[in-house]
Amino acid sequence: MRKTLTIIGFFAVALAGAGWWITTPERVDAGDYADLIGVPARGAVVFHAGGCASCHSAEGASGDKKLVLSGGRAFVSDFGTFHAPNISADPEHGIGDWSVTDLANAMIHGTSPTGQHYYPAFPYAAYSRVRPQDIADLHAYLITLPADATPDRAHDLAFPFTLRRGLGLWKALYVTDGWQVAGDLTEVEARGRYLAEALGHCAECHTPRGVLGGLDRDRWMAGAPNPSGQGTIPNITPAKLDWSEADLIAYFTSGFTPDYDTAGGSMAAVVESLAQLPDADRAALAAYLKRLPAVE
Amino acid sequence: MFKGMTVVGTVLGLAILAGAASGQDAAQKALADATKARQAQMQLYAFNLGLLGGMAKGEVPYDATAASAAAGNLASLAQLDQSRLWPEGSDEMGVEGSKVMAELWQNMPDVMSKGADLVTAATAMEVAAGTDLASLQAAMGPLGGACGACHKAYRVPSN
Ligand code: HEC
Ligand code: HEC
Ligand code: HEC
Repeated sequence: MRKTLTIIGFFAVALAGAGWWITTPERVDAGDYADLIGVPARGAVVFHAGGCASCHSAEGASGDKKLVLSGGRAFVSDFGTFHAPNISADPEHGIGDWSVTDLANAMIHGTSPTGQHYYPAFPYAAYSRVRPQDIADLHAYLITLPADATPDRAHDLAFPFTLRRGLGLWKALYVTDGWQVAGDLTEVEARGRYLAEALGHCAECHTPRGVLGGLDRDRWMAGAPNPSGQGTIPNITPAKLDWSEADLIAYFTSGFTPDYDTAGGSMAAVVESLAQLPDADRAALAAYLKRLPAVE
Repeated sequence: MFKGMTVVGTVLGLAILAGAASGQDAAQKALADATKARQAQMQLYAFNLGLLGGMAKGEVPYDATAASAAAGNLASLAQLDQSRLWPEGSDEMGVEGSKVMAELWQNMPDVMSKGADLVTAATAMEVAAGTDLASLQAAMGPLGGACGACHKAYRVPSN
């Protein structure tokens, strides 16, 4: 309750005192995207690394059905229940008529084509680091996927969270650029960092959050309560996770743990996506996890 | 005389009650036994996979004969008659330690098809494991997918 009051107070301040300007949705520089040519095959890798299907396919979809991005899955949070929208190639109900810059504005700044803020249930706080070429490739890939005419389902939020304008301050506080794991990284580790921190949005689940829903960066990947309310999401820093790199690669490929049980809970869908990546990318993710600062 | 009848009646009544109770115990025990056996079956999958996975990761040297044997076990295990391993009522609410969702019994055709998917993946592994290491490695993904798909749908997540 106190948490909810804090959050409501925050929104009031965000809307009233802190200034309208800071809550103005940002946009990318269209010039950065003008000359890019998207390659669908590369976009498929971006798509799987980004785990878009785990949220935007229909509930219970498996196999090829996961490529039908009709939306509809529900995400319960402290703010209410969000429903993932249709992002299939349908021009009316999906994003079939979006330009590359529209997609870039959504992923980099959480800004819609009509200039509204998206809620951070869409993990743009991670995607804000995605490179322009990857967005162009992803755009080229997305339009090859089936169109679906399922209408979007409205979110089920309580006032004042229904006011998107207040999200501007949240973004100003929590959408940062720059990398969490800094220092001298090998090329493989740097690729792993890009996959984990930008595309894979691993921290969205594995890092705990403060009262306002921003990531607690001092406890990067150190485990967090499960948003589903049941149990916890494990600490995957070397302080707790003693799996070898080979164990990690096997887990990302087949879902098998070192005990030959399989990845469970929300990680099962993450593994389904990671399994579609090239071998080198799974190895890069494993190398990155080994480089994480140990947090008890 | 009357008193004697009453005593006999009471004793009979008690015996019937006790019989009902022990019948219930027996039913509960049958559910618990099936749960144990089912989990043991899963552990046998895991045990045989341990060797294949160890080879896939390069922790154990590849040996076509040993790999084939483990993969053969896996394929045989997947084809055992499991009709007694999944009695209705042995879900997470019904038996202590069970992790099965009650939904499993409402979706039997789907459960059977997931079981059949495992047989397909395990049979493919049987061929792959005897071929060479690269084939074995490539067969691990689909096998994990077959195990994981059923867990995702019908097992209570531990986290
Ligand atoms: C954790 C779940 C999640 C993941 C992963 C996710 N999204 Fe979303 N996405 C959402 C939610 C929820 C919204 C709605 C946000 C809102 O209404 O403010 C959304 C909104 C969008 C929108 C805006 C659609 C519209 O009609 O305005 C686009 C485009 C989008 N996502 C694309 C993607 C792409 C591309 C990926 C993968 C790189 C992705 N999303 C991954 C949950 C997710
Ligand atoms: C949607 C939430 C979510 C996302 C996103 C996510 N994870 Fe997970 N992760 C989980 C959950 C839940 C578990 C526990 C799985 C289980 O109980 O079997 C887990 C488990 C793991 C484990 C095994 C840890 C252990 O001790 O069992 C590793 C390694 C891991 N995740 C790495 C990653 C990486 C790398 C990424 C990003 C590419 C990622 N996760 C993204 C939810 C998530
Ligand atoms: C048809 C569905 C299905 C398939 C296929 C399946 N499992 Fe399971 N598995 C389950 C269920 C349900 C449970 C929970 C059982 C319980 O708690 O009684 C479980 C439990 C387990 C456990 C934990 C057992 C314990 O001791 O509690 C392991 C390990 C396991 N499975 C491994 C595997 C492996 C490895 C495969 C593939 C070779 C596999 N499973 C295939 C449904 C399945």
